[in-house]
Amino acid sequence: MPIIKDGNKIMTPTSKINLGPNLFNWAPEKLRDFYYKIADEAPVDTVFLGEVVCSKRLPFFAQHIPDVAERLTNAGKRVIFSTLALVLTKREVELTRELCEMEDVLIEANDLSACAKLSGRDHAIGPFVNIYNEGTLKVMEQQGAKHISLAGELSRSSLSSLAKAATSDLEVQVFGRLPLAISARCYHARSHGLAKDSCQYVCDKDPDGMDLDTLDGDPFLSVNGVQTMSYTCANLIGELSDLQSLGIHNFRLSPQDTDMVEVAKIFRNVLDEKIEPIEASAKLNELMNGMPFANGFYYATEGVKAKGAIEEFGL
Amino acid sequence: MKTQKLELVCPAGTPAALRAAVDAGADTVYCGFRDATNARNFPGLNFSREELGAGIQYAADHGSKVLVALNTYPEAGNPEAWHKAVCDAADLGAHALIMADIGLLAYAAEHRPDTRRHLSVQASASNPDAIRYYTDTFDVKRVVLPRVLTVPEIAKLNKEINVETEVFVFGGLCVMAEGRCSLSSYATGQSPNMNGVCSPASHVRYEDKGNKMVSKLGDFTINAFSESEAAGYPTLCKGRFSTQDKVSYLFEDPTSLNAVEFLPELMEAGVTALKIEGRQRGKAYIAQVVKSFRIAADCAARGEAIPDLGLEHITEGQRETTGAYNKRWQ
Repeated sequence: MPIIKDGNKIMTPTSKINLGPNLFNWAPEKLRDFYYKIADEAPVDTVFLGEVVCSKRLPFFAQHIPDVAERLTNAGKRVIFSTLALVLTKREVELTRELCEMEDVLIEANDLSACAKLSGRDHAIGPFVNIYNEGTLKVMEQQGAKHISLAGELSRSSLSSLAKAATSDLEVQVFGRLPLAISARCYHARSHGLAKDSCQYVCDKDPDGMDLDTLDGDPFLSVNGVQTMSYTCANLIGELSDLQSLGIHNFRLSPQDTDMVEVAKIFRNVLDEKIEPIEASAKLNELMNGMPFANGFYYATEGVKAKGAIEEFGL
Repeated sequence: MKTQKLELVCPAGTPAALRAAVDAGADTVYCGFRDATNARNFPGLNFSREELGAGIQYAADHGSKVLVALNTYPEAGNPEAWHKAVCDAADLGAHALIMADIGLLAYAAEHRPDTRRHLSVQASASNPDAIRYYTDTFDVKRVVLPRVLTVPEIAKLNKEINVETEVFVFGGLCVMAEGRCSLSSYATGQSPNMNGVCSPASHVRYEDKGNKMVSKLGDFTINAFSESEAAGYPTLCKGRFSTQDKVSYLFEDPTSLNAVEFLPELMEAGVTALKIEGRQRGKAYIAQVVKSFRIAADCAARGEAIPDLGLEHITEGQRETTGAYNKRWQ
């Protein structure tokens, strides 16, 4: 990210808080109302809309997307449509193609099939596309990527190198459970003794993901249909200013089943230096009912670890 | 395109295993350098430059080819080891380089354009549009398909793409989309994608808790075994966990892939090559598995029934699965 020079004053770009796509299976009306509230009240710049995890969930919310997109746009938010992360079936290939062929909208590619279709026009890339280094970043930027949300497992050192090389806007997830894996197999269905084809959409029972514990009863991971996530909630509120110093100014909040408007306000207040990260962490901890925080990947260690401002709220 | 004879692509973690694979009838052997540039970065495994050169010569003398896996994702700010590996492998005469990272594919296409490029399973290219991206952009000649597709899906896919496909038929099995999994990284800090190691031995512990043996990865219990059970290695996604108050192997049982029964169908589906997993295996194991699959592939090519090869005895007591090739797996 270049530093903009305005006369003698060196201005850094304004940091933006963005809302990532909802990864969970929430009831369509709940999700619609969630976005209406975001449109009306949340201090976020960009909202990513669309089903990323499971194509079987797609039809339910589809009817509300035009209204939600309009409400968000009218509220001054930029809307970007996200594609599926795992594209296997003919139907999934076609859905991805259709989305990528829409004109006058910005699309976030979460699979190489979408990158292929979007090459040559401005687009965004989501964290499910592997961009680990400058070489890959350069290819993606040459093909038209303007906004790139990076994978959660990248360390500060990797982020720093990527930010130095980037001509696009780089984004890092600073809040919400981290997506760690995706599979053709549905573990939610499996956990309920069901096959994926007849899953009865049981993932809707767990709006924040289904807890997976070790045999000792220690919380470990969280299951969200075909996706496996961290049990801990990623939280880089203490690292925001460090990220800014690296040249990263887009911060993604990944929706959890809590007051995301309040979460966005807390992050905005830290960016605007109205409250300290430690105080913010305590507020977030209250909002999350004690769901433990983690930021280990940033420190090039176990992703589950919590350091700095969130240390006392770790697992 | 229907294949007349399936190419047998076999693993080698050591020069001895490479010779064993070649001697047992491997058409092709794949291996990697002794560092983080490949996804089997285990202590005591893999090849020095000299060993690779000698291995390529041995294979050539016996009519076999060597592929070099450079299938991790280069670390930002530090791509030199990967770039050097591309140049060295090509200059030593590797038949092809197996890569997953887009930046590395671009580098190889630019700096060693005449060495074939294969797309690693770690790129998880699971549909025709993604595959065409790699063939169109980097002139990839072969795609190793992710282990998430059923046989009919593979057949359909092959009709829509114009590139060789290679599929896994035996050995360890990822249940997650390959190259898109950071579970092990979350628990250990070592990234399969960047460090080339999943559920690393350095982070494994076994604890004797009296009536049971507990296996741990990092701080997390992955499994517990009673005295009558053999304590298996704690590969994260093959562990026993609790969800909904039920204990189960939620992701996958500690199984091993054996798709030998699908060989005729895979051939019919237009697959070019069969891949055996197991660069971490010893030469005796390699010799036995390669020999069995040589017989199976030759039978399939002649349209003959595949005999019972007794492969179940070499999966180390683990149960076998046909994995995603069978739709019921999902």
